[in-house]
Amino acid sequence: MVTAEAGSGARFRLATAAAAAVIAVTACGSTGNNGGSTAAPPPTANMKPQTTIGPGEGQLNLIAWEGYTDTSWVKPFTAATGCKVNAKFGGSSDEMVTLMAGGGGGQWDMVSASGDADLRLIYGGDVRPMNPDLIPDFGDFQTFFKTPPYNTINGVHYGISLQWGPNVLLYNTKKFPIKPTSWNVLYDQANKGLITVPDNPIQIADAALYLMSTQPNLGIKDPYELTQKQFDAAVALLRQQRPLVKKYWALAGDEIQLFQNGDVQVGAAWPYQTNTLRAGKNGRDFADTIPAEGATGWGDTWMLATNAPHPNCAYMWTKWVSTPLVQAEQALFFGETPVNVKACAQMEKLQAGSCAQYHADAPGSYFDTIKFWKTPIATCADGSRNCIPYSQWQTAWTSITS
Amino acid sequence: MAVEAAGRPRKTGGASPIQSLLWRRPWLRISLLLLPPLGWFVLIYLASLALLLVTAFWQINSFTTQIEQVWNLDNFRIILLDPTYRLIIGRTIAMAAAVTVTDALIAFPFAYYMARVASRRTQTLLFAAVLLPLWASYIARVYSWILILNHSGVLNWSLQSIGLPPANIGYTYVAMWIVFSYIWLPFMIIPTYAAMERVPESLMEAAADLGARRARAVRDVVLPLALPGVVAGSIFTFSLTLGDYITPILVGGAGSTFIGNVVYSNVGIANNVPFAAALATVPVAIMALYLIGAKRLGAFEAL
Repeated sequence: MVTAEAGSGARFRLATAAAAAVIAVTACGSTGNNGGSTAAPPPTANMKPQTTIGPGEGQLNLIAWEGYTDTSWVKPFTAATGCKVNAKFGGSSDEMVTLMAGGGGGQWDMVSASGDADLRLIYGGDVRPMNPDLIPDFGDFQTFFKTPPYNTINGVHYGISLQWGPNVLLYNTKKFPIKPTSWNVLYDQANKGLITVPDNPIQIADAALYLMSTQPNLGIKDPYELTQKQFDAAVALLRQQRPLVKKYWALAGDEIQLFQNGDVQVGAAWPYQTNTLRAGKNGRDFADTIPAEGATGWGDTWMLATNAPHPNCAYMWTKWVSTPLVQAEQALFFGETPVNVKACAQMEKLQAGSCAQYHADAPGSYFDTIKFWKTPIATCADGSRNCIPYSQWQTAWTSITS
Repeated sequence: MAVEAAGRPRKTGGASPIQSLLWRRPWLRISLLLLPPLGWFVLIYLASLALLLVTAFWQINSFTTQIEQVWNLDNFRIILLDPTYRLIIGRTIAMAAAVTVTDALIAFPFAYYMARVASRRTQTLLFAAVLLPLWASYIARVYSWILILNHSGVLNWSLQSIGLPPANIGYTYVAMWIVFSYIWLPFMIIPTYAAMERVPESLMEAAADLGARRARAVRDVVLPLALPGVVAGSIFTFSLTLGDYITPILVGGAGSTFIGNVVYSNVGIANNVPFAAALATVPVAIMALYLIGAKRLGAFEAL
């Protein structure tokens, strides 16, 4: 199917003070005028989540990442609950936010949102609090993922964590017989025309992460909280990269095809692409790695739409995907890591050694090395409002890639 | 009239009062006949266009992406002043022009052969050949081009098997130009053919009588008379390329963003409908100018 060209979407903030003043008065909640202040509670903060799961409604409409609704765990779910799953792939976090905002009339039940979409969904009033007490496996989740900052605000859970994973460097082993140890291969003239990166504004954070180690004097602490100077440096790096890029990929399937046909040899990817490529023709030609600079990563959450028409099926689904077996199945299928620590044993049963390979048994300190996606907002960690909000990331991304 | 009608002997099951009313009032008949399509046109088509224009003067909240009905010209200012959008608009127009010229150059001799040289039987076969691709899905046809043009595709395989270096044109402007020209070619051939067929053979004979060779007759007689057909075809190829966004996604490489892609991603991804609406007025304006020019060249008589 035609896929969304993620990210080249530009959103524009108007600079006029007059307009800003009007917004400050009329904006719902008080999300502020330049995309960042989150002082007021989310619009749905006071909606009481349900305390029991009633009979299923027979249908469940999901917005999901490609690969998140594989028949191997959807079929048994439908057989057990009678909830028929209708899934639409979202190509990017931006697209998911747009779909949810457009489905405010109650078209969608749940979205498998990543951390960079969560705050926008929460403060946009598109999702509502969920009750973790209805998810028996919640107690077995890694502590970090019970209340990660991207889906839990003031102790209110706006969704249940699902899986997480790093963004990896995917490469062709014929072109790179020695495993690359740095992201610099994506910025190297020698690889001109052989590179692919996601068409997604959050890529700016990957450039910032690379600059953290190559230009420490910029003082980047968090790749999602960039001052104007740091932001400009990341954008400049990506502008240099632009002539080297063969294609900005929109859907995982596009990138798989590019690698398979030999159009590109190296790129930023998810482990899902690696797994798919390795299972296909000439699978041994492809491998991935997390370079020395570290990696950005995603933490995904099933979130419940504010006007979900099938909330009981939604809770049944969340229960189902939180169980150790389904957590393990999805982890191995997609190449990501379950949040349920009990999934480790199931992973070992399905594929020996996979629990350690995907860091499903990692200690809490490991999570500090992965820079999890989150929505860049104007407010920096120190409380100042000097950081560049996401709308400007999108604008910059459009001008970089076009 | 009414008296005459009343004076006629009545047939059993004759005209009902409504029928006779409609018979007596032709304007009423025509109004009723035209009301549904006109109403549809005004309500669905013009109203949505008007809404598009209005939305373009609004804005969104950049964090929650909800539309805010604050009247301003910022969207248009960005489109006019930001070099990114000038680049995208220029690129789109250049591609539309290149595709149109290419299709005209291919279609003219083809249509000439079809209309004036080929036998009746060959003509039918050629017609089928031109129309056949339109029966297949657009996506399937674009994807088949990816299979031809990509790195390990048919083109490189063929070149290498005869000892030539590979032509790496997959995911480039060249690829887009080829695919667009292929996709829209039938829309150029058919109006050109129609115009060419209307050139009376007697004019060609007259040209021959006056000593013109075939080539001269084609240049001085057929070309001017078929030109409106070519211009009519160019309306299709130009506007279709101008609005397309699927081919750039599938076949284009880095830097293949077209107007349609920005509109699409603003509606589908960034949820900035006001900006998309503002940008969507650009092709509308370009086409309005184009149609005025085409009308001067007599394209509408050739349709």
